[in-house]
Amino acid sequence: MFQRLRRRISGTTVIMWLIGIAILAVVFWGTTATLSSGKYAGTQWMDLLVYGIAQGGIYALIALGYTLVYGVLRMINFAHSEVFMSGPYIGYYVAVALDRAGLLNRQPVLSLAVVILVAMSVSTTIAVLLERIAYRPLRRAPRLVPLITAIGASYFLSYAFLGLFGSDLKGYPEIQALKGTWNIMGIEMLRPQAVVIVAAVVMLAGLYFFVQRTKTGKAMQAVSEDKDCAALMGINVDRIIVITFAVGGALAGAAGVFYALLFKQVKFNMGFFPGIKAFTSAVLGGIGNVTGAMLGGMFLGIAESLFPNLVLDGLGIPAPYQLKDALAFILLVLVLIFRPTGILGERLAVKKA
Amino acid sequence: METINAQARFDWSVSFKTGLLGGIVALLVSLVGLVEASQNRPVISGIISFGQTLVLFVFVLSSIMAICRAGPDRWGKSRSPLLLCGGVAGALVGAVLAALVLIGSVINLRAVFIKASPELYNLLTMGLGAAGAAVLPVLGLCLGALVGATYLLSARLRRALGVALGAIPLLAILYSAFFPGRRFTLVGAIVLFAVLGVSSYFWSDFRGQLRKRVASLPPAGQRAYQIGLWVLVALIVLLLPVTGSYPSQMLDLVGLYILMGLGLNIVVGFAGLLDLGYVAFFALGAYTQAVLTSPEIGWLGGVHLTFWQALPFSVLVATLAGVILGIPVLGMRGDYLAIVTLGFGEIIRIVALSDWLKPYIGGSNGITRIPKPVVGPVELATPGTLYYLIIAGCLIAAFIATRLKNSRLGRAWMAIREDEDVAQAMGIDLVRTKLLAFATGAAFSGLSGSIFASMITSIYPHSFHLLVSINVLGLIIVGGMGSIPGVIFGSLALVGLPEILREFSEYRLLIYGVALVYMMLARPEGLLPEARRRLELHEAETKTIE
Repeated sequence: MFQRLRRRISGTTVIMWLIGIAILAVVFWGTTATLSSGKYAGTQWMDLLVYGIAQGGIYALIALGYTLVYGVLRMINFAHSEVFMSGPYIGYYVAVALDRAGLLNRQPVLSLAVVILVAMSVSTTIAVLLERIAYRPLRRAPRLVPLITAIGASYFLSYAFLGLFGSDLKGYPEIQALKGTWNIMGIEMLRPQAVVIVAAVVMLAGLYFFVQRTKTGKAMQAVSEDKDCAALMGINVDRIIVITFAVGGALAGAAGVFYALLFKQVKFNMGFFPGIKAFTSAVLGGIGNVTGAMLGGMFLGIAESLFPNLVLDGLGIPAPYQLKDALAFILLVLVLIFRPTGILGERLAVKKA
Repeated sequence: METINAQARFDWSVSFKTGLLGGIVALLVSLVGLVEASQNRPVISGIISFGQTLVLFVFVLSSIMAICRAGPDRWGKSRSPLLLCGGVAGALVGAVLAALVLIGSVINLRAVFIKASPELYNLLTMGLGAAGAAVLPVLGLCLGALVGATYLLSARLRRALGVALGAIPLLAILYSAFFPGRRFTLVGAIVLFAVLGVSSYFWSDFRGQLRKRVASLPPAGQRAYQIGLWVLVALIVLLLPVTGSYPSQMLDLVGLYILMGLGLNIVVGFAGLLDLGYVAFFALGAYTQAVLTSPEIGWLGGVHLTFWQALPFSVLVATLAGVILGIPVLGMRGDYLAIVTLGFGEIIRIVALSDWLKPYIGGSNGITRIPKPVVGPVELATPGTLYYLIIAGCLIAAFIATRLKNSRLGRAWMAIREDEDVAQAMGIDLVRTKLLAFATGAAFSGLSGSIFASMITSIYPHSFHLLVSINVLGLIIVGGMGSIPGVIFGSLALVGLPEILREFSEYRLLIYGVALVYMMLARPEGLLPEARRRLELHEAETKTIE
């Protein structure tokens, strides 16, 4: 009997399981320590939760870009983080112009809509250009090549933006209507957070409807399943791929403006961490799976918000917020060890080493 | 008659599009600030600066691309289509730049594009101010037509001209770097151009003749020739530090990157595992070295080793880390592997930076007072002396890498790179092979890290940013994956050149990005690839010949 067991479970699997269990034990220990010490009140947890949901919405929107592109092209669009950055960057100039004209505060809803639209169009343009220039010629290349191209494009875009627009701080102008808090359903939340949550949910619902119910959406699903078959069915694969990039770009642009609303400024490298975290969410939910990306994004946002205070504080680590960013990577490793197909997904075929 | 006219009619769209594209590129180059930044680096003193050379380069390149895309042999030797094609492309580039100057002198573009200043416009129009904007399309037309005219010459002459012209700015930069304060004069540049042109024209002849003469020698003579060449190279390499402290520093950095490149070459180039977290091993090697040797660290119970005593430990720690980091990623394919390894690198940096480990490894204050290596009575304190240590390290690494490449393990790595399933079916133990690849790569990186730590004597977490990994990846890509001369060339180009061109430091990653994208689109095997790789990547082309 032991022989059969030994053959099925290799040494590396054992080590990986040990690592995973160790991490889970640490998390458990920290959580119980924090909760039993009662250091944080209920309202603080609620604040963190709301913040986490807002962040999660943003991650979900960006993650959709990753997941959709992965679905149709089987490649990770490393430069998607720069697509995310470019929208709000240009949106910043629009916002400043609107602010100078006084429209930003007189007509906040309309101005915000304009900024979001501009950001979405810029991001879409950059995404489509990326596909056309950097990815289309490499459709049939070995796996490493488009990935490296994506990395190069990502660096090019962020440093081009740095060079073109300068490295000074670009703080979004204050919108008076978004100062302060609202009391929604008994929960006190910051106004920008509320706006972001509502807008994100609307967009996610819209995208879900688009992918599931419209003809183009179904064509996208078809192309992600099997490109050649889709072509045989009369679907213009190139056009669908462009549309996929465009949709992903638009969502990322909107997410960028939301990010700017929450964090009040844009920088040339603001795309890096959200991009990685969004990719983690996409993998968490199952890469290639639209619902999975949404859920994964939400989960990561909430987890990241609660993690420092919930786990790290309990472990006695000083200044736990410094390690917040590490959570996304740790989650990624955990997911890829224990559930490589993600929570909802089955797309990726994992090779056993 | 009709066919020639029909062909000539078609060249408009290609030249237009290429010219427009070139114009946008020139616009980008100017607005990003590359032109202004290189203002102080004259190529020919008093006449033309590097920045202006860049713009001219865009003109020339657009015209070349326009002609090549329309088909350089399409019109044979007929003059007007060639001149027209190149000229139109060049003129368009000039027109776009002229538009920038004209618009910019009316509207203040500076609120958005911070580099769009009157100085820039002045530079672009070669000092004629905004009114000289009309000069630009004309300049473009003439340059483009000239480029078209060169296509009427033989390919050899054209290549000689290209090499001579292209080498002059490069040599000017190297000249001003190694002999600060000196510049080319106009006469000097013309002479250099003539010399380079003539020598490159006769180069292929010369090479062929040399080869024949060497082949006709007896084997002993051939051996002697080879040894002579290697002795020459060795002499040059060993004598480089005499050029001064600043070039030595630059060479030290180049050497460290070569060492890291050799390691990453094994992971990415031989085994095809895209590792973006390579800086983690570099950091671990450096931190281990620092912790073990610096007198500031007290929690080890007062143990302070010398450089040489701590070196094996830091390499060991890095190797172990390579194995540990390799285990979870064994089952992952290219894209996931890249992101997860990137995550590892970032985790290590974030953790090193945090307050949590501050009492142990210094946090954001880093670790200082790391001692330099001592060889007998001599302390390797200056960059010049450290250079020899680094060269020794690189030689060892290159030796190990070459022997591994031609060994069974190396072939197993290359098999994995091609197709894991087939490799496994052939009986290669994937786990062992992959872990060995990670471990070897990590060992080289750890070695490089420990030398780095004692070279700069104080390390901070900021030195171990993701950018280091991207740098190393970039130099392998550009130099040629899997090829050792490629790594050396890539390091000189991508690490040495930016050190010389200090004023470009903020555009460094911009250029990296462009270089990576371009290399992948045009020449994915790199500039000095190993023959096997080139065959693999151009398989489609060779197949069609059958």
